[in-house]
Amino acid sequence: MSESSVLSIDNLRLEFPIYRGAVKALNGVTLRVEPREIVGVVGESGSGKSVTAMAVMRLLVPGSYQVTGGSARFLGQDLLAASERTMLGLRGTQVAMIFQEPMTALNPTRRVGEQMVEVIRRHRRLGRSQARDEAVALLRDMHVADPGRIQQSYPFELSGGMRQRVMLALAFSCRPQLLIADEPTTALDVTVQRQVLLLMREKAREKNAAVLFITHDMAVVSQFCDRVYVMYAGAVVEDGPTAEVMAAPRHPYTIALLQALPDRVASRGAIAAIPGSVPDLTQLPAGCAFASRCPWVREACRTRPPMVPLDAGGRRHAACWAVQDEVGR
Amino acid sequence: MAIALAAETAVPVPAGHPLGYFWYRVRQSPLTLAGLAIILVVLAVMLLAPLLAPHDPNLVDLEHRLLPPSATYWFGTDEVGRDLFSRILFGSRQSVSVALFVVPVAGVLGSLLGSFSGSVGGAADTVIMRATDIVMSVPSLVLTMALAAALGPSLFNAMLAITVVRIPFYVRLARGQALLIRELNYTKAARTFGASRWHLVRWHVLRNALPPIIVQATLDVGGTILMAAALGFIGLGAQQPTAEWGAMVATGRNYILDQWWYSAFPGCAILVTAMGCNLFGDGLRDLLDPRQKGR
Repeated sequence: MSESSVLSIDNLRLEFPIYRGAVKALNGVTLRVEPREIVGVVGESGSGKSVTAMAVMRLLVPGSYQVTGGSARFLGQDLLAASERTMLGLRGTQVAMIFQEPMTALNPTRRVGEQMVEVIRRHRRLGRSQARDEAVALLRDMHVADPGRIQQSYPFELSGGMRQRVMLALAFSCRPQLLIADEPTTALDVTVQRQVLLLMREKAREKNAAVLFITHDMAVVSQFCDRVYVMYAGAVVEDGPTAEVMAAPRHPYTIALLQALPDRVASRGAIAAIPGSVPDLTQLPAGCAFASRCPWVREACRTRPPMVPLDAGGRRHAACWAVQDEVGR
Repeated sequence: MAIALAAETAVPVPAGHPLGYFWYRVRQSPLTLAGLAIILVVLAVMLLAPLLAPHDPNLVDLEHRLLPPSATYWFGTDEVGRDLFSRILFGSRQSVSVALFVVPVAGVLGSLLGSFSGSVGGAADTVIMRATDIVMSVPSLVLTMALAAALGPSLFNAMLAITVVRIPFYVRLARGQALLIRELNYTKAARTFGASRWHLVRWHVLRNALPPIIVQATLDVGGTILMAAALGFIGLGAQQPTAEWGAMVATGRNYILDQWWYSAFPGCAILVTAMGCNLFGDGLRDLLDPRQKGR
């Protein structure tokens, strides 16, 4: 874990107390994002992807959750202990975030231009007309053909892709070191999705920003991310460079996920499904959370498998007893 | 009016000014239109009372006491010979001015307090909400009467009393909206861009909480006029010889068996005005908040 990491999360555990017990949303998440790197986090609903992002941004409702262990650091600064004032300074200027639903991420009663000017002026000492020029420049930078018209529009007058471009323009407006993208393209159709993703990658590279990209879409990850973390039931089960994970997945969950990709199945063939369902996060088993669905289940799975390196360079890890046995042999 | 536009996009929208669209929607509902017409008539009467009144409303003429409606005295005369029609025209000033004072003051104070309370949460929220609970736990008419009586009988004190009692309704409404808006994506997105709490209230919460508050306010106009009339009726509102509808109904009660017109006409004035406000308020609610329609 080098000090130069933009974001380093170490064994983060977090739960939401409920009546009698707690929803154990994160059970030891370890991940890091290096400068200029695009890192994917994949997993199904409820695997803790979004909670991780929200916890890092400290956007979870105060009092509703409890951090039970681990740490999260942004450029060496402890995010979990930072004051609200510090977080206000960080958000927008150093870390920006865009959301799944570009439909609802803009205030419906304000013109797009007004909202952009407001955000820009919040972080920079600019006059109103300067800020307006800056907003136009930002939109043009996002390959928006007619920035003037977009600025005069209300959000509901824009398409989903256009709204997400506006969000990207806002996110990049203050040159953040890290952009957290929480399923930014889920609500868009495939062609627009591709345009937005390419735009995001291009701008991130151009502006030297790292991206933490949260998605449930393996196909998107494979085209887009440098490294990937696979999450299951609130913990990372496998990580590594995207190409290697895609070509040779090791953890049985990753293998099953990749087999379930529609384009890997011959046409008219049945798409493989993973038997069983995600464990109830209020009653997690003591051992491996995937054990009940795993084809390789064995006695050792009664205890939790740690993340162990799979190669000499320490670039790939997996948390599985079966894989460990194999590597050990 | 952009709110109205955003709320209903299924209807073919005529291009042009947003107000044009608003007018187009109002025209489609005869009851809303009727309400609007009544409100406009009452406003016109209030402004033009000196021109419209055939007699001096305070001119005592003991030779013509308690006359029935006729060509000279359209609504008849009262026990000291004053023309009831003129007095009703002038009486609109009291009722409307009460509504024009109470609704904006209670609405603005209540909404600010409620948005603040809902957005900030914590101890401040608890204190504000318990205070509103206390006010709302007493029936509002009784509390208004008690307050007005304690302040002393005058029109201004009656207005103050009604305002104080109306504020909690707006606080609750605005707080509920604030709690809702606080969890919406655009507020969350604004927070990720580093927006402060005060900025969230000012920029996002207040504006988007507005539609139900506007509806509540229009519906309150009718209620406030009724309340003012009720206070006038028991002698806690405008004082003699000022013409005031509630007080006129109260005095007319003594003569109700033989001189029905004395109470009936001011009563009708109250009824029609309050009904006009409520009809318009209902129509506005359908327009601004379609989910509530028909409820």
